[in-house]
Amino acid sequence: MTKRILTVDDSKTMRDMVSFTLKKAGFDVAEAEDGKVALNVLGGGKFDLIITDLNMPNMDGITLIKNVRAGSNHRGVPILILTTESDGTKKADGKNAGATGWLVKPFSPEKLIELVQRVCP
Amino acid sequence: MTTQNEGYPLEQFRKTYFEECAELLDALQANLDSLSNGSGDDDTLHAIFRSVHSIKGGAGAFGFDGLVAFSHVFESLLDAMREDKIPATPDVTQLLLRASDALGDIVNAARADRALPADFASDIRSAMQEVLLGASDEADATPIQNETVAAAVDVSGEQRYRIQFTPHSEMLQKANEPLLLVKQLRKLGGLTIEADVSKLPVLNALEPEAAYIGWTFVLETGAPQSAVHEVFEFVEDDCDLKIEMLGNSAGESAEPPPSAAPGATAAIATPANEPAATPAPTPTQSIRVDVDKVDRLVNLVGELVITQAMLTEQGTLLPVDQYPAMLHGIEALAQSARELQESVMAIRAQPVKSVFARMPRVVRDLAATLHKEVRIVTAGEMTEIDKTVIEQLNDPLTHMIRNALDHGIEGPDERAAAGKPRQGTIHLSAAQRSGRIVIEVSDDGRGLNREKVLAKAQDRGLVAPGASLTDEEIDNLIFLPAFSTADVVSNISGRGVGMDVVKRNVQALGGRISVQSRFGHGSKFTLSLPLTLAVVDGMVVSVGKETFILPLTAIIESLRPQPNDIHPVVGRGDVLALRGEYLPLTYLHRCFAIDTLVTDPCQGIVIIVQRDGAGTIGIVVDELLGQQQVVVKSLEANYDAVDGISGATILGNGRVALILDVTHLREIDDGSGGNLKPQRPAQPIEVQEDMTHAA
Repeated sequence: MTKRILTVDDSKTMRDMVSFTLKKAGFDVAEAEDGKVALNVLGGGKFDLIITDLNMPNMDGITLIKNVRAGSNHRGVPILILTTESDGTKKADGKNAGATGWLVKPFSPEKLIELVQRVCP
Repeated sequence: MTTQNEGYPLEQFRKTYFEECAELLDALQANLDSLSNGSGDDDTLHAIFRSVHSIKGGAGAFGFDGLVAFSHVFESLLDAMREDKIPATPDVTQLLLRASDALGDIVNAARADRALPADFASDIRSAMQEVLLGASDEADATPIQNETVAAAVDVSGEQRYRIQFTPHSEMLQKANEPLLLVKQLRKLGGLTIEADVSKLPVLNALEPEAAYIGWTFVLETGAPQSAVHEVFEFVEDDCDLKIEMLGNSAGESAEPPPSAAPGATAAIATPANEPAATPAPTPTQSIRVDVDKVDRLVNLVGELVITQAMLTEQGTLLPVDQYPAMLHGIEALAQSARELQESVMAIRAQPVKSVFARMPRVVRDLAATLHKEVRIVTAGEMTEIDKTVIEQLNDPLTHMIRNALDHGIEGPDERAAAGKPRQGTIHLSAAQRSGRIVIEVSDDGRGLNREKVLAKAQDRGLVAPGASLTDEEIDNLIFLPAFSTADVVSNISGRGVGMDVVKRNVQALGGRISVQSRFGHGSKFTLSLPLTLAVVDGMVVSVGKETFILPLTAIIESLRPQPNDIHPVVGRGDVLALRGEYLPLTYLHRCFAIDTLVTDPCQGIVIIVQRDGAGTIGIVVDELLGQQQVVVKSLEANYDAVDGISGATILGNGRVALILDVTHLREIDDGSGGNLKPQRPAQPIEVQEDMTHAA
């Protein structure tokens, strides 16, 4: 069955790039522009993976992750954080909140696919 | 970034990116403005950070190294600011504004594929790094580390590793699946696995989300050690992990080394020194200019307009058949002068947003103090108005908002009892209407209590007992000096500063203010302001040998009345019957004691004007000379304040003409017998008369 992935990013450029890459690799992709929208989308269907940016208006990625992990319908779903942070503290924050792994921007399409396959059963 | 994949629509992404950049830069500018004028809140800095952060994120994807490098430093500074390591002092804010401008330039250069000079904005960058370094010794203002793919220093050939791996339950809660790790390892080479199930409890004690099993892997692989560590990259904090190298090499027990961030290869920009290939196709969107320079320009254009008016007037004396080119030139000059003037005024125009943006905070703070629930809804923030007007709009507007909160909107319980939502709403809107800016402040509070207003006005002798006033007139009594409707003098708006001060402020801007109210339903204050203070469209009129200017915006109509339209009323002078209404007449020649042959309105012209919140009157003049744009010169600055006169201008013939203040003209000649009152009278009877019969 086709795996469904939700990509969460306030930048349309990023959403477009992630979405395009994943769709080309055969995934079913939905998009959300911030954490709040993401929670709504998650409430409306079952996803196999969430890829989220950290810095977003309304609800940031860390809060989104905490919400997903505290909720019931997607608590066991892998979450990749997509971050430009190079210093690592945000990665740690993301991990502490319950992220499965991370992907550092800028990413290559191959790297994205590889990571998705690494965490997505 | 390896984006050479077939069919990867990089161009399309680039386009999206630059569109997004434009929005981000706009938002950045707006939020920086709020930050610098103190109207920002906690979110402002976060929003500023996000804009720069997003620009940087995309820039990396497209390999705009210079952009990445600059935005990285910018972002670091903002990050330190939002963590309160660096305060937003005026100096820092100024630096942010400069950095924002430079960032815009760099984005534009990237969009145009244009190389910037190697030292472009390097001063700003250094300044930002300096601030960062000043804030903390270990501030990471270092440009992005050149993270070339590191750690590929392993011994070649097959290696044997023993990996002891015991997941913690956190690992499972973060959705890291051990089976997937095993699969990863298997991709690297031959793998033997041994499971340790000694900690596994009996079934009914087993918690489904806990971790009980550990594994020992022996891996034979030609892959570098870093590849082995990378498998456990996401889980190393959530498990017990020990990776040992077996075999010939010394038993090097390895704590997982910090693995290089995959794919991060953004290098410091070494801007190409090839000259700009094409002239800038996307010029910078804005420049910053000293206000003084603009003011000087406005003044010069004013002088030009005066000279042009003079030439036009002289031109009318020339015979058309002899100087056709000359006259044509004068006409063209008039056209250009007018366009030039409009363009210059447009430079000074700014959206009212800068003032409106401060109001939510005023509401929030005051609502908290008063224990009221209030929200503010703004509209028309992008309406543009002259900078001078905007600067002076803040105080009256703040006062009106505070007033609405303090006196207008009820407490939540009172509102609930009245069947209203507990939360009150204040609407603040701006719109351009027929050459003026109209700003409305309305609330859904208790409205004005007319009985109380009237009683208080009578109590203070502002209205004669028994005088009959229309609802509108009663409402507008609140603009009279020393009028306060607050039962309790609160420390919010009861500082002895009333709506009369607001009105005076607004009038000083050439504006008008009025109020409409429904008891129990709320009030609406309407402020009408001129687009600019520097120029008015005027009606030139003559009285005797004098010339006056009436602001066109105040004029409703002009007419020559019939004798039976004029009725003398005892104590009030003449009134003009017009379509069933009686308008008081003010004779301009009497106001300023001018000798004229035209003392009968039926021989002259009556100009019907709208006064601010005080109804309409007719002004009697000798004749209309024409319409003209006039440059307003302050009388106060050059001479002295004169009652009934709001300013002066220089006409085309070089003579000075006074601009009438129609609102206060009636106070000089109230028609009560033609006696001249050089001083603006403050007697109650004056106001009462005015209010009662104005409509």
